[in-house]
Amino acid sequence: MAILKLTDICKDYQQGREPVRVLKNINLTVERGEYLAIMGPSGSGKTTLMNLIGCLDVPTSGTYELDGKNLKDLSDDALAEIRNKHIGFVFQSFHLMPKLDARDNVALPLLYGDVPLKERRERAEEALKAVGLEDRMDFLPNQLSGGQCQRIAIARAMVGKPDILLADEPTGALDTKSGNQIMEIFRKLSDEGMTIIMITHEPAIAACADKIYHILDGELRTEDTGKEAAHEED
Amino acid sequence: MIENIRLAFQGIWGHKLRSVLTMLGIIIGIAAIITIVSTIKGTNEQIKENLIGAGNNVVTVQLNQGGYPYDMTWNGIPQGVRLITEDTRRELEQIDGVEQVSLYHARNYADSVYYLNTQFNGEVFGIDENYLEVYGLQVKSGRGFTEADYTDFRKVALVDGNTVTNLFGGDSPVGKCVEIKGDVFTVVGVVALSEEFAPTIHSINDYWLYADRSSGAIYLPDAVWPTAYRFDEPQNVAIKVANTDVMASAGQEAAERLTEKQIISPDSSDFDYRSQDMLEQAQQLQSMSESTNMQLIWIAGISLLVGGIGVMNIMLVSVTERTGEIGLKKAIGAKKKRILLQFLTEAAVLTSLGGIIGVVSGIGLAQLISAMMQIPVAIDVTAILISVVFSTLIGVVFGLLPATQAANLNPIEALRRD
Ligand SMILES: Nc1ncnc2c1ncn2[C@@H]1O[C@H](COP(=O)(O)OP(=O)(O)OP(=O)(O)O)[C@@H](O)[C@H]1O
Ligand SMILES: [Mg+2]
Repeated sequence: MAILKLTDICKDYQQGREPVRVLKNINLTVERGEYLAIMGPSGSGKTTLMNLIGCLDVPTSGTYELDGKNLKDLSDDALAEIRNKHIGFVFQSFHLMPKLDARDNVALPLLYGDVPLKERRERAEEALKAVGLEDRMDFLPNQLSGGQCQRIAIARAMVGKPDILLADEPTGALDTKSGNQIMEIFRKLSDEGMTIIMITHEPAIAACADKIYHILDGELRTEDTGKEAAHEED
Repeated sequence: MIENIRLAFQGIWGHKLRSVLTMLGIIIGIAAIITIVSTIKGTNEQIKENLIGAGNNVVTVQLNQGGYPYDMTWNGIPQGVRLITEDTRRELEQIDGVEQVSLYHARNYADSVYYLNTQFNGEVFGIDENYLEVYGLQVKSGRGFTEADYTDFRKVALVDGNTVTNLFGGDSPVGKCVEIKGDVFTVVGVVALSEEFAPTIHSINDYWLYADRSSGAIYLPDAVWPTAYRFDEPQNVAIKVANTDVMASAGQEAAERLTEKQIISPDSSDFDYRSQDMLEQAQQLQSMSESTNMQLIWIAGISLLVGGIGVMNIMLVSVTERTGEIGLKKAIGAKKKRILLQFLTEAAVLTSLGGIIGVVSGIGLAQLISAMMQIPVAIDVTAILISVVFSTLIGVVFGLLPATQAANLNPIEALRRD
């Protein structure tokens, strides 16, 4: 069964007096374990779509089923719980807590999932190992490079063993080398069966995914493989 | 919760100056309250202890003229006032609640009293056989007055501890002679207040109440009073009562009876007898200190209110500053209650810390005032507990608005800001 199913999703924003339709009848089905990239120009609605998928926002109309469950009319706290249990976020600008060390940053979602302290630490250390930062556990974010910070953010996103990993421009603030490291990690996670939805406007990055979608003016279009994107580069 | 408190301390430590400035209002308010309460409590306890506790159930009934105590030092023998007889004294002892009655003469400002070349400026009393017992005075060295001292008109004297210090330079006075109005009296003993009643002079109020004893007292048998002073001086009356409850009524009744009996034409005379018990004075003093201090407590309360608003203001700033943090926490699944609790904890920890610092500085300040102005202080544990709890409460109340704001932040907006 599809892990995620969007049907006729629309999202309006009030801009001035007029409501502006930012997402127009989005239909999207994602199977468990899929790794897909969403591309599109600035302002096309990529972040808006990701916020909807990540349960940070609710659609104006349409239905959203996560793991077969319709998320309509859920309370803020119920959505928070879904985010905590089923979704992992990676943002362009990392969003790490500056005063917490790497381990505590990674453990944060488990705190809100009421996992006991000892288990939190163990699982955080495990996740940090998975992104190759086992020797940086006690470092504060400002003692680490951008690429390392993003790896901490990925460890934080996956520590709760979510169903879906959502990444909004995960390499946007990184150089090519660090970006490639991130892509290697995503590939490894995907191979282990994690569902990944990644937003990017860099074709080289999108090419790492199994499937690429394009969004233009709020409309979603499919593209079968990353190969075509690779052609575009030539 | 512990996590929240730890984080709150981290936050406070991270902004030391800001935190201290924010806490200042609370610190000042709580410190003021603790200082005030400590001094009120100290003063009250001491007034009670000195005056009405510990067996000092003595009412004095004095001859008054025109409403003021008649002082024989400056004035002549009062016209139309009889001496109090032994029969009258016995009658007074029959009044309800009265245990013992003593008659005595007094000079509040003794002049022409010397030991060698040192002049004495305490008080001189001419006392009957009951006096020492009524006032709870005990002979500490030498001897007290014997019956023979009275019947043989011996020129003997007792002195108190202050007199030993002030007049005899601390040496034992027993056997030494003092000159009173040209007559020589031999000191036979030293008296002091018995253990159960030992007033201590800590403040100006005490000094005022005990001024008659502060530079010392010399006691003579009333039989020889006229050798130094005058015949026919009407006596004062000291009445020991069973307990403080009957003090006022017994004193009043004694005064009425004496006025009736001793004043030759009581209706036309401007003389009368009035009682003065220390309970009344103590209560006056207490209510005086309490009413001024209540005003101070109001002022301290306003300072706390201002402090609370300061905390609210800083917390609002803090919420704005940390929108990103809040947004992320919500994004990764923190429920509203968690965020609310985090900010409430932070505000409460901030104000509690302010409260604790305030309590400590208040105690310090109270001790300082106590040392400098000789006002007694008593640390009130309940006041301390209430202060800390109250400051925590201020944090919760004034943290509520910023915390709600934080909890209701839209995570998308919050994440978008940086
Ligand atoms: N809260 C909002 N209120 C009003 N308009 C909004 C709001 N959020 C987004 N929009 C509008 O919706 C459109 C899509 O925004 P979105 O952030 O999804 O774009 P994006 O594809 O992520 O762009 P970028 O690549 O620059 O991140 C934009 O035109 C934006 O102005
Ligand atoms: Mg975007």
